[in-house]
Amino acid sequence: MPGHIVSSYDTDLEDLRRSISEMGGVAEKMTSEASLALVRKDEILAQTVIAADKRLDTLQREIEEKAVLLIARRQPLAVDLRETISAIRVSGDLERIGDLAKNVAKRVMAIADNAPAQKIVLGVRHMSDLAEGQLKDVLDAYASRDTKAAHDVWARDGEIDALYNSLFRELLTYMMEDPRNISFCTHLLFCAKNVERIGDHTTNIAETIHYLSTGEIFMGDRPKNDASNYATVEPAP
Amino acid sequence: MNAASAMSTGDLTRGAPAPGRAVRIAVKDLNFYYGSFHGLKNVNLNFHDRQVTALIGPSGCGKSTLLRCFNRIYSLYPEQRAEGQILLDGQNVLDSHVDLNELRSRIGMVFQKPTPFPMSIYDNVAFGLRLYEKLPKAELDVRVEESLRKSALWDEVKDKLKQAGTGLSGGQQQRLCIARTVAQKPEVILFDEPTSALDPISTGRIEELMEQLRDEFTIVIVTHNMQQAARISQYTAFMYLGELVEFGQTDKIFMNPTERRTQDYITGRFG
Repeated sequence: MPGHIVSSYDTDLEDLRRSISEMGGVAEKMTSEASLALVRKDEILAQTVIAADKRLDTLQREIEEKAVLLIARRQPLAVDLRETISAIRVSGDLERIGDLAKNVAKRVMAIADNAPAQKIVLGVRHMSDLAEGQLKDVLDAYASRDTKAAHDVWARDGEIDALYNSLFRELLTYMMEDPRNISFCTHLLFCAKNVERIGDHTTNIAETIHYLSTGEIFMGDRPKNDASNYATVEPAP
Repeated sequence: MNAASAMSTGDLTRGAPAPGRAVRIAVKDLNFYYGSFHGLKNVNLNFHDRQVTALIGPSGCGKSTLLRCFNRIYSLYPEQRAEGQILLDGQNVLDSHVDLNELRSRIGMVFQKPTPFPMSIYDNVAFGLRLYEKLPKAELDVRVEESLRKSALWDEVKDKLKQAGTGLSGGQQQRLCIARTVAQKPEVILFDEPTSALDPISTGRIEELMEQLRDEFTIVIVTHNMQQAARISQYTAFMYLGELVEFGQTDKIFMNPTERRTQDYITGRFG
């Protein structure tokens, strides 16, 4: 695409893109380190994740301010307008992803003294790996405006939901086996839910990429495999 | 599930014209020549009844030329000629036997710079009526007031109708010109950059006025202000180098145009 006649307009848009890219990097790192801290029961690493969230919040505020100023100054149209609106949306999703990763990190402190079954912690870790991969792919798709790659991310969210569903059942079973498991299992359940929500925000970003590239609002029904709303586990007789 | 197939497209029809709006003006295979210069190249385009259609494009792209064809104002210049058809309610306005005075009372025009006649406000509005209709004084008064009201000028000038039209502010002068046009009860009003010489408040008044005029008249506007075109029109045509590049609903053109050249122009990327 040729540059704008007013070259500072290009600089403004480039600036937005750079900030989104930085936010993406921070959110990705937070997601990855939060689950690593969980597996290793590493409180120091968890603290770094918590601290990183401030940077994400600052970046989001900056992006919003820049986007609002750009609208006021340049009255963007067509692809420029979609890019500006998309930056606001994506920064909102990334900020939420950061909050969710931070929440996982906080729970590391709560369960560090317990010795939860490593198998189930690894289950959360596996979910988190999937979510991280999705987040990385969607950020790449955003940077390269790759609608096809965004669609692929969108279609894969069901896998995270399915994993969450099976973890949910597993955790319920542990809790029923021994009430001493309830505390850490509840924390792990929240961790798993947070990761599942990270997947949802990633899917939002994929939908935004679709809008950005095509100018059409994404109307598809999400591939949902989260059946945990209806899940029950009966105690053994 | 295939993500792409699970997707349906968004509905971008907000601000769409009422269904079944008739075509008021049909332009067919229109070519225009300034002497040997080919100013319009095979333009085909429909203008819908009581809708605002914006013509946009860089200077020299032919949008004002197209506007000048509708009321044959170009025929003042012997070396200029149009070929093809412009059907106003089915009648070709380019036919040699068309009465130009009658045509121009059916298709009014408002120009970039306000053009009040050097006479009173009242006489400016009554000018065309006196020429064509020979109304009794009382009826003339009613028509003048009605036209000034429709142009949102009445309240500002009702106590000084005998004062010179040239003494009004730029924005008021432009509304006076609109009143003069509206008084003729035309079917179509052509606006050639009507607000480019006005301040933002006067521009706002003219835009508000167009919104109201749309209830009664079919409006065609040439504008260099993209945001204005996006705000006030239902349809937009983008022209370049004498050709019609893209025509469509305004929301579609400004959010997601089909043609690359349209997008480059409206986003300020044109070289």
